[in-house]
Amino acid sequence: MRGANAALGTAGLAAFLALGEAAPRLGLVKAAYFPPTSRIADALGQEATDGAFWTALGDTLTGWALGLVTAVVAGVVVGLVVSVVPYLREATASTIEFLRPIPSVALIPLAVLLYGTELRSVLLLVVYASFWQILVQVLYGVRDVDPVAEETARSYGLGPWARTRHVLWPTALPYVMTGVRLAAAVALILAVTAELVIGAPGLGARIAVAQSSQAVPDLYALVVVTGLLGLLINVGARAVERRALAWHQSVRGEVAV
Amino acid sequence: MTGLPSGRTRPNAWNSLLPRVLFVVALPALLVAGWWLASDGSTDVYWPPLRTILRTFPDVWTGDRLRADLVPSVLRLLGGYAAAAVVGVLLGVVIGSYRRVRAFCEPVLEFLRAVPPPVLVPVIMLFAGIGDTMKVVVIASGCVWPVLLNTVEGVRAVDSVMAETARSYGVTGAARLRHVVLRAASPQIFAGLRQALSIGIILMVISEMFAATNGLGFTIVQFQRGFAIPDMWTGILVLGLLGLLLSVVFQFVERRVLGWYHGLRDSSRRSP
Repeated sequence: MRGANAALGTAGLAAFLALGEAAPRLGLVKAAYFPPTSRIADALGQEATDGAFWTALGDTLTGWALGLVTAVVAGVVVGLVVSVVPYLREATASTIEFLRPIPSVALIPLAVLLYGTELRSVLLLVVYASFWQILVQVLYGVRDVDPVAEETARSYGLGPWARTRHVLWPTALPYVMTGVRLAAAVALILAVTAELVIGAPGLGARIAVAQSSQAVPDLYALVVVTGLLGLLINVGARAVERRALAWHQSVRGEVAV
Repeated sequence: MTGLPSGRTRPNAWNSLLPRVLFVVALPALLVAGWWLASDGSTDVYWPPLRTILRTFPDVWTGDRLRADLVPSVLRLLGGYAAAAVVGVLLGVVIGSYRRVRAFCEPVLEFLRAVPPPVLVPVIMLFAGIGDTMKVVVIASGCVWPVLLNTVEGVRAVDSVMAETARSYGVTGAARLRHVVLRAASPQIFAGLRQALSIGIILMVISEMFAATNGLGFTIVQFQRGFAIPDMWTGILVLGLLGLLLSVVFQFVERRVLGWYHGLRDSSRRSP
């Protein structure tokens, strides 16, 4: 079953690539707009031998990782404080609901003015966008705490710190991990966007250069690279999630009917 | 509860309403006041006093600019979003219903979804030019993935007992699709639509920052380049308000459409 699925998936991928090769060659789409797969692969190979490409990749990953870590730490800390301190949750609800839908790209002009094309511009956008993903997940996670467990911990005389550590955190962790997975993807989108629009060094800036110099196969090759990067981040985030929740999966398997 | 005289519930309702309103209003009021005070004497060009921003607001966002920038932006967003929703749900139902099709498409879909949507702007500009078509296509091409993948998951997870029951009652074809498959998948579909909404706003702004003669993104960048800083701040506020408004509308629609689902969940939560 698994083998058959994998074979079908490989066939699908091959068909996709073959279509990309055949359509421009047969004149179905303009080769100037849709270069054949082999030309894109060629351009990809050339990029890989270019040192500047690897520097750009490193810049993008730096912005992504720094932004994501900052957002996760800030989101978890703020989320826990807001949920644990009485009344704070109700008092912040409306503000969170107001700030959350503000599209992070609205901050692009501000970032340009404040930091120009520095890494800090990228970080401002990445942190703003991914912070909310984490924060909201933490808030949902803490709300899910079993009242019986909470009361039990209380009656055993566990203090606030111990209750957070042993009751709150394990309950919230699955939600937090989902938030991290979402935030990892959002952080990549915003990192590349910031580079593309602001011109901060990285893959996005390289795409903007390829576009303005009409290097179409390179443009596609770079888009493919960002896609592969996104794929790797997704797979990696899932692996981290599985590992962090290894103890939890079995529990969830029993509860879910 | 029923034995209580009606006169007693009224002050109680008031007593609980007042703190709730306070909770909703307190922090925003505090933050705005803080911003107002902190920026009041500001001579920093980049952080103009809130007073100035608010005074600029009505001058900038009335009449012409509203009609020439805000309306086209919102229309493009709605057009692209609607197209993505229709295509995403249709393809999602097909892919989710057949196991083989799903296995065939999965790796390609996973890859396409992983591409950060904004990098498609330069690519789509190649063949769609810089007009409205390009922007609608960009928005649709970014919004379609969360809808599509969530629909696939939702259709896949249709309760097998329910599916079998429907089949044995002879519910097939369009009726089955409408009452069983789409209904069962709708909570997931809405989760996808919600994700797509924020991606759509991002793409709307970015496609306009790239190449445009009107639109919110275009105007805000113009302000920034012309160092019209208070105007730029009003643009940021408009984007925030737009995001908020769309999210409120979305929540309202979701409550309407998924009312049965939320009710079910609440009642199952109350009786564990």
